[in-house]
Amino acid sequence: MKALEDLGVEYLFGYPGGVVLYIYDEIHKQKKIKHILVRHEQGATHMADGYARVTGKPGVVLVTSGPAATNTVTGLTTAMMDSVPIVCFTGQVPVQLIGNDAFQECDIVGITRTCTKHNYLVKDVKDLERIIHQAFYIATSGRPGPVLVDIPKDVSMAMTEYQGIKKVELRGYKPKKVPAQGPLEEAVELIFKSNKPVLYMGGGVVASGASGIVTEFADLLGIPVTMTLMGLGGFPGDNPLCLGMLGMHGGYWANMAMNNSDLLIALGPRFDDRVTGDLKKFAVHAKKIHLDIDASSIGKIVNVDIGLVGDAKEVVSKIVSLAKKDPERVRRYRNSLKPWKEQIQRWQKEHPLYYPQEIGGTLRPQYVIQKIYEATKGEAIITTDVGQHQMWTAQIYKFNGPRRWCTSGGLGTMGFGLPAAIGAQLAYPNDTVFCISGDGSIQMNIQELATAVQNKLPVKVAIINNFYLGMVRQWQQFFYERRYSESEMLAMPDFVKLAESYGAVGFLVKKPSEVETVLKESLKIKDRPVLIDFHVVKEENVMPMVPAGKGLDEMLLA
Amino acid sequence: MEKRHTISVLVENEFGVLARIAGLFAQKGYNIESLSVSPTTDATLSRMTIVTVGNDHVVQQIIKQLDKLINVLRVEDLSHEKHVTRELFLVKLEGRSRSRSEAEKLALEMGGKLIDYSAAAFVVEVTGNEEEGTSCLEKLKKQGILEVVRTGVIAVQRGEHVLVSPKEKL
Repeated sequence: MKALEDLGVEYLFGYPGGVVLYIYDEIHKQKKIKHILVRHEQGATHMADGYARVTGKPGVVLVTSGPAATNTVTGLTTAMMDSVPIVCFTGQVPVQLIGNDAFQECDIVGITRTCTKHNYLVKDVKDLERIIHQAFYIATSGRPGPVLVDIPKDVSMAMTEYQGIKKVELRGYKPKKVPAQGPLEEAVELIFKSNKPVLYMGGGVVASGASGIVTEFADLLGIPVTMTLMGLGGFPGDNPLCLGMLGMHGGYWANMAMNNSDLLIALGPRFDDRVTGDLKKFAVHAKKIHLDIDASSIGKIVNVDIGLVGDAKEVVSKIVSLAKKDPERVRRYRNSLKPWKEQIQRWQKEHPLYYPQEIGGTLRPQYVIQKIYEATKGEAIITTDVGQHQMWTAQIYKFNGPRRWCTSGGLGTMGFGLPAAIGAQLAYPNDTVFCISGDGSIQMNIQELATAVQNKLPVKVAIINNFYLGMVRQWQQFFYERRYSESEMLAMPDFVKLAESYGAVGFLVKKPSEVETVLKESLKIKDRPVLIDFHVVKEENVMPMVPAGKGLDEMLLA
Repeated sequence: MEKRHTISVLVENEFGVLARIAGLFAQKGYNIESLSVSPTTDATLSRMTIVTVGNDHVVQQIIKQLDKLINVLRVEDLSHEKHVTRELFLVKLEGRSRSRSEAEKLALEMGGKLIDYSAAAFVVEVTGNEEEGTSCLEKLKKQGILEVVRTGVIAVQRGEHVLVSPKEKL
């Protein structure tokens, strides 16, 4: 506990059980770290994840052995895919019983080897302090990620002297911060030689806290910026250079800009298939600069002309100061980009983001999200689950700053939104936290409403309820000739009553005219969660869309 | 172009490290042709030699992914450098029709030595690089091999260059 305290841990998201009771007894004896009792261990990992995404600090989980440990796997994988720092403590049966199939034993270190950045089994209490410090260092440095520490019961009950470790040294782990000067200068030259550059920004910009310097960089040279799902908020959504999201459900203009560019400046993305579409058709005429903290990301999927391994904030700062050396060249370059930007504007005018407005009193999902954006003035922390509502939110909600957007990008975890919102609300008690979810997703971890009620957290949950697994239904409509195999939710709970039964507030909204009033009402509630069930039109699609395996310029538009 | 690569890896001598490395290959769908592990003069470190086949792009990824593992200190693809490789073979041969001196003679012809002899079978120890090993096995086939056990390749770079941990390098 002392180590955690020294490391500045505020919250432990957890669930007690047999082999961690010694640790829970220690939690009881202290006051500095608050323990949040969840209802399912998966919830604990997503809460820690939400907390970590909005603060940039590691989220910490504590659960018992066996089923509790295996319940963390989805949350750990979610964090792994999106590079989120989490430290997860699991209990383990006593050392002598390991391998004997003891009650609630599982080889969690073996199970999580591929879904954590690193993991430990602590066999001797003398190693515990060192391992805890290493775990936090590994989780938060370099490319962040989850680290698991498995603590057998006899280790947690043993006594040891606290050393007060200050600095962590790992022989095999030295995250590289800044690349060599040579490639940086080459990169700057390549930029100045380009006529149709696009800045392609990923989650790495948010993770490294590079939003400010990247905005300065784009503004200085006048380069249009497009973002991945994970990069949203890393560049101001209302900046004229902002092209919004690209990829499968990105804007037509953003995807056209990508595929017609002559230089991609990729800052901290990992070239996910949801972004690139068909690789053979992806930005084929463009030279590519790829900056990533993780050397193995560079050249993994797309061959690049210049690979820069380093921290986005530091590297972009260096690029900016190199470019600034010649203000005249910068001025000329900015002017030369005019025709390119005009071309992008034409694409945007041809095929703007379009969705049908309310027709005959029906409620449209996009309208609901637009109204949430307006009611919160774009200042809320938004979490989502996975599916249509997630893509509509990504398209419509404009984020003006980083770390206000929590969504499971890499793994696509349904059930992520509500627990992540709880973690975010704990980090920022006075901010509005909205979980935008779907009727399918919310039912995957709805039990965490109890956690929010117990902690008096005013998280808002907006269910975009179309009585379908919406994205599945959309794919079935487009690619399986409307055979809606098992995508319709034929039994739906009364979400209002469900919310009330937990001690939360529930609203049902069926008409567009009610949306604003109910949102206003819900924002006034400060002492408990609010769940709003929006019954939206049943068969609405997320558009535009690049069908899986197609090129970015082969979008379905409407 | 698919090529054979010999990769040297210096790792921390902790339990689970081999599983991490083998798991990485399995997880990414890379094929291991041979893998050998042993302690070094530093008790806290082990050295692995991994032989894998793939094009340069794949092998570059393997190296980056290996380098990413926390317990891995150094990774080098020796295929780009001048290096020597060795493998040890223990070959058990049918012995009924051979006297001890015949068996010894056969072992010598193979550039190896006889390390066990009984009336029914005998064991020849041979070391060599891959080519030598294969040609030796080809020749022995005709003599009635009962079984072969191989250590897997180990390799070291020629010249003064050594694979050391970053700390020792400083």
